[in-house]
Amino acid sequence: MSAGTALAVEATGLCKTFGKGHTAVEAIRDVSLTVARGELVALLGPSGAGKSTLLTMLGLIVPPSRGRVVLGGTTAFHGGRFRVNVRRFRREHLGFVFQKANLIPFLSALENVQLALELSDVATRRARSRAMELLDYLGVAERARHLPSKLSGGEQQRVAVARALANGPNLILADEPTAALDSVRGRQVMELFRTVAHEQGSAVLVVTHDHRALDVFDRSIEMEDGRLRPAAAVLAR
Amino acid sequence: MNLAVKDIRHGLGRFVLTATGIGMLLMVVMGMGGIYRGLVAEATLLVDRSGADLWVVQSGTRGPFAEISRLPRAIEDRVATVPGVLSARAFVSHTIQREHRVRTLRMMIQGLAWPQDRGTWLPLAAGRALRRAHYEMIADTSSGLPLGERVRLGKDTYTVVGLTRRMASSSGDPMAFVTVADALAIQFDVPGEAIRVERAARRARLEDLDLHRTQPQTAERAAGASSMIPALGTEMVSAVLVNVAPGYDAGEVATRIAAWPDVSVFAHEGQRDLLLRGSVDRARRQIGLFTVLLVIVSAVVMALILYTLTLEKLHDIAMLKLMGARNTMILALILQQAVLLGALGLCLAWALGLWIFPYFPRRVVVVDEDLARLAAIVLGIYFAASVLGVRKALAVQPNEVLA
Ligand SMILES: Nc1ncnc2c1ncn2[C@@H]1O[C@H](COP(=O)(O)OP(=O)(O)OP(=O)(O)O)[C@@H](O)[C@H]1O
Ligand SMILES: [Mg+2]
Repeated sequence: MSAGTALAVEATGLCKTFGKGHTAVEAIRDVSLTVARGELVALLGPSGAGKSTLLTMLGLIVPPSRGRVVLGGTTAFHGGRFRVNVRRFRREHLGFVFQKANLIPFLSALENVQLALELSDVATRRARSRAMELLDYLGVAERARHLPSKLSGGEQQRVAVARALANGPNLILADEPTAALDSVRGRQVMELFRTVAHEQGSAVLVVTHDHRALDVFDRSIEMEDGRLRPAAAVLAR
Repeated sequence: MNLAVKDIRHGLGRFVLTATGIGMLLMVVMGMGGIYRGLVAEATLLVDRSGADLWVVQSGTRGPFAEISRLPRAIEDRVATVPGVLSARAFVSHTIQREHRVRTLRMMIQGLAWPQDRGTWLPLAAGRALRRAHYEMIADTSSGLPLGERVRLGKDTYTVVGLTRRMASSSGDPMAFVTVADALAIQFDVPGEAIRVERAARRARLEDLDLHRTQPQTAERAAGASSMIPALGTEMVSAVLVNVAPGYDAGEVATRIAAWPDVSVFAHEGQRDLLLRGSVDRARRQIGLFTVLLVIVSAVVMALILYTLTLEKLHDIAMLKLMGARNTMILALILQQAVLLGALGLCLAWALGLWIFPYFPRRVVVVDEDLARLAAIVLGIYFAASVLGVRKALAVQPNEVLA
């Protein structure tokens, strides 16, 4: 990603249809949106609106049926195919957090974060100390040696956030990251995202159903039936 | 960071259990192959060890192993006079099953051509070869007879003077070696009462004949010892073993002897062949087929184990892909574990086999060639199963994490 542009995400005319013929589901219908660097954006909408689908397309996990995705100035998807090495792009520029922490069960908290760094070719010792710093930053340093199964849901989620932050991503995509947490813990995670966005300049796009934590966000956009709500789409920062 | 090692350490107990299971399975496969080899080895043991170039047997038979062969012992002397024959010795062999110290003693009694053959060629584990023409025995360890044990067979008592190791008949019975004369005595032992009855019968038959009236003294002969009756032949032996003198062609000597109408002749190889195609053929094929079946079954089981091992990890693999892990890392995770499991299983199978197989009642022969073949098969299975698993792993979409 070039540092030249202030936009972390620039998606235009995204469409996604699952299946073919009469069983086809139009999950996303012509969605365009932008997210600036250092911006924390909430993505709202009823179940089945297409929020997760949109996120996977922006994360270069699922190819859109139509449209164009530009991430940090680099055209990542255009003309029906990926224009970058997605695996490499993901490990270098993107971070993911999901409803479940999805930590690798046979690695300790520290190793889970360390792995993300080693994937980006950071040397083992350096990756270790950096991973420790991140865990410390997220307040789970004392649980570093524990396996995920020995951590509480909130702790696991914080380790997952640490992992998503590990390679200093330009864009963090979070799909209902606080759904499994109580409201206090949930709010803590959201506030953490804000710190990350504002301090590290990453763009953070968070799918959430929790309207009580909306004040943490810079802005929110709403989806319904595969489309962005017009009012939300134009909402400026 | 080596993910395979981390994963194994995380589930060490399970990994060890799986490896043990695979090891035991492979041990059974190895054992079955070993039993097959053991069967063949035991079947051909005597033919190979006897060191004979030619086997002279009863005319028209395929004896003495494939079927019963009976030859007058005198043939031994007749064969010895044939040009090119270095030595000829009688071969007497029969299986006995007797009670000895309240347990069943089943042995194959093997005659040694005393005095040329005292059993010095036998693989003696203890004791010595025969020193006397009678009442001494060399027994196999598997018979359970200790050195110095006295065994009553027929009217005589034999002392165990030597012990061999791994000398068994084609049906797995331990062998016992005595002189040919003793072997015949054991084989043709007739109780006193039977002799008395037989002599009475001879006298009765004679009394019906004119000969008895014209030559009354024949009655005396008829009622006497069999060996004193010229009309009765010498003892019967199973075969005559021939060694061909250096410089002579075994084929020519064989042709010359085979020209006699009262015998058939087989070369060493022919006799070996008869054994493998004859008496042990069915057992051999049965075990051979079963071994093949076992290999297939264990292949399927191992492939399934490996495949499920990969399936279980699909979620983690999806997450790794989502994090941008390279395919090489994912392949390493799967293949390293598979190879480690296979190698550990093989080592375990080998160690377990070494430990357990000697306790089997019959020989289990594990040769390096079979081990190598098994390793190749395991490698093949692991490769095939891994390819299946890897294909699945590489096909998994990162968004499966979201599900
Ligand atoms: N792989 C798929 N195959 C077919 N249809 C799909 C697939 N993924 C999603 N859909 C459909 O696309 C629509 C949008 O799904 P999506 O998961 O994006 O909704 P969502 O807004 O994330 O809902 P929720 O809040 O319940 O998570 C739904 O109707 C869903 O059934
Ligand atoms: Mg969703």
